[in-house]
Amino acid sequence: MIHQYKNNGYDIVMDINSGSVHVVDDILYDIVEFIDNNEKAKNAIDVEMTDDVKKNILDEIKINLTFKYSESELKEACSEVFELIEDERLFSKDYYQPIADNLKEMPTVVKALCLHVTHDCNLSCKYCFAEEGEYHGKRGLMSLEVGKKALDFIVENSGSRKNLEVDFFGGEPLMNWEVVKELVKYGRTIEKEAGKNFRFTLTTNGMLLDDEVMEFLNKEMSNVVISLDGRKEVNDRMRPRRGGQGSYDVIVPKFKKLAESRNQTDYYIRGTFTRYNLDFSEDVKHFADLGFKQISIEPVVAPKEADYSIREEDVNQILEEYDILAKEFIKRKREGNGFNFFHFMIDLSQGPCIYKRMSGCGAGSEYLAVTPWGDLYPCHQFVGNEDFLLGNVYEGVNRDDLVSKFKKCNVYSRSECKDCFAKFYCSGGCAANSYNFTGDINSTYEIGCKMQRKRVECSIMLKADEMSDDE
Amino acid sequence: MKHVKSLNEKTFKDTVKKGGCGECQTSCQSACKTSCTVGNQKCENNK
Repeated sequence: MIHQYKNNGYDIVMDINSGSVHVVDDILYDIVEFIDNNEKAKNAIDVEMTDDVKKNILDEIKINLTFKYSESELKEACSEVFELIEDERLFSKDYYQPIADNLKEMPTVVKALCLHVTHDCNLSCKYCFAEEGEYHGKRGLMSLEVGKKALDFIVENSGSRKNLEVDFFGGEPLMNWEVVKELVKYGRTIEKEAGKNFRFTLTTNGMLLDDEVMEFLNKEMSNVVISLDGRKEVNDRMRPRRGGQGSYDVIVPKFKKLAESRNQTDYYIRGTFTRYNLDFSEDVKHFADLGFKQISIEPVVAPKEADYSIREEDVNQILEEYDILAKEFIKRKREGNGFNFFHFMIDLSQGPCIYKRMSGCGAGSEYLAVTPWGDLYPCHQFVGNEDFLLGNVYEGVNRDDLVSKFKKCNVYSRSECKDCFAKFYCSGGCAANSYNFTGDINSTYEIGCKMQRKRVECSIMLKADEMSDDE
Repeated sequence: MKHVKSLNEKTFKDTVKKGGCGECQTSCQSACKTSCTVGNQKCENNK
């Protein structure tokens, strides 16, 4: 399977099954396109790359492309194409379906928890899937006892996994700060003996950030996600305080201080864009202008009927916006004032193995969310939907049927992923998004997929640009 | 090669043998929380 595209002056060819990515010139781009559109040639390559097959393909190419290139040029470029094919880095086979079939048989281990230490919030963000922190239920704070039990639960259920991730989430976790601190201390007392390494993270709106909190976060949290939507008017429209006032002026100075105190690493300033700021590249630029170096901005997750939700007719503008952002990314980097954008990060050489790439996010099996009362859900986005209640931290998981369903979700189980070039970069997408839009965890959210594909294209273009800079 | 510059050498097939240890980060845990991206993660298999 091949995906090829042109972006910002680069001709890019992706071989999806091998993960190989090539920056090519026009002649090679045209040759690959010709072969990819020629079923007979592709079938022959699939069987065996013999001298006869090469000769036949070259003859066909000569007939069809001599209007544009000379025979000697075509011969030379074709020899490079054939070399890549023989090297299994172009038109390579898909070897992974049998592995995907076995994924569901692997033992279930839990390696990540989203701890909802607070079902309450001091902001009233209009798009919040937690509905001001309550998740369709009642307000509440996690007790230290429930939190400790959750940490015991992950240690006991994590098998041989060493690295255990625990995200303090909410609602707003700083509204239950004493419990957060105590749980980190507890985690540190049990990890060594259990042969584990807790990686604590925290997601906050910043309202309650102060020096004491920052100091603790910098000592204990491997990452901190700080929520702000960008420009003041954009942020304050969707992220008002409980009384209706904006939150921007209170939060920005605190976030700037936190980012500096973490040496501009190991954090993300994370925004949400909605239909009201489809020009979200301006918000990313705003973050960069404020001095933030680690930036993430995400499309809103919202029911179709919400006035701020992203619609099909918005998609083209959003895709263009990613292109604008990619160019800005390059421009600022060249000016010595670069920033990092979460969705433009891609690791082409040391990235995850194929198991990870096909098996999805792990929600409902290796990743679980815990409510203030200790109930377990497949992930934070399912919390409050009783159909997805998996059990609790005291008795463990009692819905093996649901866990099994989640374990079966992968890029091969979702028919929509079959012909998608981005499948090994998103690993089949978000089960919660899929459920919210289709009623099935094992499907896809098409608008999200379109954005994901564009982000992969931009990320790879940026790698190509980086390579050309290095030369 | 004259017409091609590859951005990577290792292929997914190379990761079949030693892969699957599960030590890498959970996809959406630490930054986005609303989508699933694995392409940007690092392999943490130290074996």
